Amino acid sequence: MTRLRGKALLLAAVFLAGCAPYAVLEPQGQSAGSIAGLLHLFMWVCMVIWVAVVAALAYAALKRPTPAAGSPLQSAAEFDGKANWIVGSFVALTVAILAVLTLSSYLAGKTIADITGTETVTIHVTGYQWWWDVEYEDTRPDRTIYTANELHVPVGEAVKIKLDAGDVIHSIWVPSLFGKRDLIPGQHNELTFIAEKPGVYRGQCAEFCGFQHAHMGFTIVAEPRPAFDEWRREQLAQAAIPAALEQQQGRDVFLSRGCGLCHTVRGTDAGGRVAPDLTHVASRQTLAAGTLRMTMTDLARWISDPQAIKPGTKMPKADLDERELDAVVAYVGSLK
Amino acid sequence: MKDTSPPVTSGLRDTELDDATLDRLLKKTWETPKGLYGWLATVDHKAIGRRYIVTAFIFFLLAGLAAVAMRLQLAVPENQLVGPDLYNQLFTMHGTTMMFLFAVPIMEAFGVYLVPLMIGTRNIAFPRLNAFSYWVYLSGGIMLWVAFALNTGADAGWFSYVPLAGPEFGVGKRSDFWAQMVTFTEVAGLAVAVEIIATIFKQRAPGMSLDRIPIFVWSMLVTSFVILFAMPAVMIASTMLILDRLVGTHFFNPAEGGDALLWQHLFWFFGHPEVYIIFIPATGFVSAIIPTFVRRPMFGHLAIVLALISIGFLSFGLWVHHMFATGLPQLGESFFTASSMAIAIPSGLQIFCWIATIWGGRPIFKTPMLFVLGFIVTFVLGGLTGVMVASVPLDLQVHDTYFVVAHFHYVLVGGAVFPLLGAVHYWYPKVTGRMMGEQLGLWSFALIFIGFNATFFPMHILGLQGMPRRVYTYMPETGWAGTNLFVSLSSSLLVAGLILFAWNAVKSLKSGAAAGDNPWDAPTLEWATSSPPRSYNFSRIPVVSHREPLWAQRQFLDVVSGLRVDARELVSGTVADAAPQLREPSVDNSIWPFLSALAVGATFIGSIFTPWAVVWGGIPIAIGLIGWFWPKGNPEDEE
Repeated sequence: MTRLRGKALLLAAVFLAGCAPYAVLEPQGQSAGSIAGLLHLFMWVCMVIWVAVVAALAYAALKRPTPAAGSPLQSAAEFDGKANWIVGSFVALTVAILAVLTLSSYLAGKTIADITGTETVTIHVTGYQWWWDVEYEDTRPDRTIYTANELHVPVGEAVKIKLDAGDVIHSIWVPSLFGKRDLIPGQHNELTFIAEKPGVYRGQCAEFCGFQHAHMGFTIVAEPRPAFDEWRREQLAQAAIPAALEQQQGRDVFLSRGCGLCHTVRGTDAGGRVAPDLTHVASRQTLAAGTLRMTMTDLARWISDPQAIKPGTKMPKADLDERELDAVVAYVGSLK
Repeated sequence: MKDTSPPVTSGLRDTELDDATLDRLLKKTWETPKGLYGWLATVDHKAIGRRYIVTAFIFFLLAGLAAVAMRLQLAVPENQLVGPDLYNQLFTMHGTTMMFLFAVPIMEAFGVYLVPLMIGTRNIAFPRLNAFSYWVYLSGGIMLWVAFALNTGADAGWFSYVPLAGPEFGVGKRSDFWAQMVTFTEVAGLAVAVEIIATIFKQRAPGMSLDRIPIFVWSMLVTSFVILFAMPAVMIASTMLILDRLVGTHFFNPAEGGDALLWQHLFWFFGHPEVYIIFIPATGFVSAIIPTFVRRPMFGHLAIVLALISIGFLSFGLWVHHMFATGLPQLGESFFTASSMAIAIPSGLQIFCWIATIWGGRPIFKTPMLFVLGFIVTFVLGGLTGVMVASVPLDLQVHDTYFVVAHFHYVLVGGAVFPLLGAVHYWYPKVTGRMMGEQLGLWSFALIFIGFNATFFPMHILGLQGMPRRVYTYMPETGWAGTNLFVSLSSSLLVAGLILFAWNAVKSLKSGAAAGDNPWDAPTLEWATSSPPRSYNFSRIPVVSHREPLWAQRQFLDVVSGLRVDARELVSGTVADAAPQLREPSVDNSIWPFLSALAVGATFIGSIFTPWAVVWGGIPIAIGLIGWFWPKGNPEDEE
């Protein structure tokens, strides 16, 4: 019902919107849901006020004018006396409306905050220019998962995200699930959210963070508990041993050409921690922090010339010949 | 009027002179000499005000061109027209220029030009400081844009958050130019604020007690106080940033015990009042234009003045609503929600009073009035979305999206530029002696109003669809392409309207109809003198006995006499009642403010490259200031 009303509200402009969903108005999570309800309330109240003000202005400007007085100073004291009361009561009404809005805003904020403390999953996210480092915490250190740019969460359960920044300020935001929270160097922030429906949700950095702020996206995959547990088990495993010859050659190129200085592939000598963990990179849906889809074609485009796709990215262009490139792509593409 | 000043010791007074002799002698005393020297040395508030206005509009043009480049880039997804490097410079230059080099200076410029005329005095207080402030402002603006032309344009946003703008991530000199531009413009801004406050407090025409001060003058007074308390915060912040970058301090470096969030607190403690520094004078324009064009005094004059003052105070309690996502304690956030909502009360009160005034009057739809009506329609929408972003949960969704871009353009363009354009049409005849074309005015208003709304309203939708700000491109699968193209196309209407406005202003300089002293039959004192006003503003200082002096005394105004005509003198009075107290000398033209500004500018720019510039620059600055303040042997200095 409220969703329908929200759409009606923006009907006048919907034709402009093409096929884009109103991410904020079509919430799939508990926090975003409370906010969407609040947004509808505010939008209705504001729209009514705006229409009333414009109508009053139009009437005031276009009505039959009061008869001309001899001097502009001979205005009717009668009018001012009446207007005093009217203007005074509108000010009182303004105060009342603002009080209601402030209170409802406070209550929505409280609903969102109240789920804190009920989390079943804790994820530590660190923002870097321009990607997200992801670590699933566990009481047993050997069950900690490392990945990047993609979070999996169980549907219907509260998930805590601990937030840190590795360089400059970033801000995490998934419009369908939750509002923003900044990642600030030297300060630990947290947020808790619940994804209520299974799905794949796009998120992005919302605080300007330099060259590739536009291409600092990520994905949240919300899935039922069994699927989530299965994913977690897979992520714990070491990297797949390359089977085909080309993949093996690719691994050798990967290790000999310095890729491992920045990237980790668990189970190999590659142990760099300044770039995304690639142990299961091919199981993710996107590449380069939500910039490309995870396909062999896009993977080849990315590895052959990252600067052409994401100018300024910290990943250098590797000096590979065609055969080496194909091999590396085959290898990385096999890291499911 | 009784003469309460001390007995004559020397000099010729205006008491016994006939009008022609008086004007001849005053002209000799107050006129700016012709030629380059006179141009550089003048301390006439009108000449300086005009320069400020023209310069600010040139910066408006440059910042507008940056916006056009951004709209071209965003018209289609994954556009290759402008890369991330240039795009980041473009939006930084756009925001920085609009806020620091256009919006604040132009509001102050209108104050510099109009306040002395509206309160019936001959020059602004501290006229040499006024000249100095203009040259400092000009040098800072030129520096920033020359740096941009040399590919050293600031690129960390108009807010320059650290660590992105700090020494580690803001490489090169880009952020140094930004930080130093802040120093330039704040020095200029603070100087003007001090002048305006002193002028309004001490130089009002006899009889202009507090309750007879025009609302525009009140708005400039409140704004000047807000400037006085807000701008030091950003000067401290930018100085700390410069120190971090230049000499290796660690104010903002968390690894060394500094704090990245400290920057945001200092910046927004200035940054939010900044919005009201721009908006309050704009409401002053509205309150000046409406009574003239609805043929009656302002309804709720006192309420509006109190609203302005309370907006000035409340504007300091809102800064945290720019920081709701930074993880502050919830109780604190609730407080700032409430305070942000509270500022809607005085703003709403003003709107009700304006509508009531129009309701009770007989509106005449000339261009200035059209801009005022357009202002109310757009500003109310911007104010209401402001109420939405004041709510913490809503803000967490729309913060740093195009929703906020839409919101503050409604507030700053609808709320400040519309009244400003109305004000240009309204006071153009006073400044130039000629009317702007009414037909062109109507067309430019229509294009600007429609173009503005078609450009910025859809941005609300883009924000709700999840489009973040400050992105140089977006992917086709986001579904934002159609709306972005519509926005880019619509912006051409807005640009066309602004070009038409500029054409009207330039063309009317030569071909506009002659205006006469008071073409709109307006009630305030600036219309009591010739158009354009003579160098000494008024032949004789008027005496005010009514809030709308030119409506109360239609034939002639009472005047006060006894001022010297062979030296520059003003009437100085008491703060509350404007009872005359002194004949106050006013300084002559001088080249030293210009030379001092050059020395200060060279020092500021040099200190971007080496801290020693501050040491060596101290010498020419000292010489400049000594020349400036050297006693001239004027009789009044020796009394």
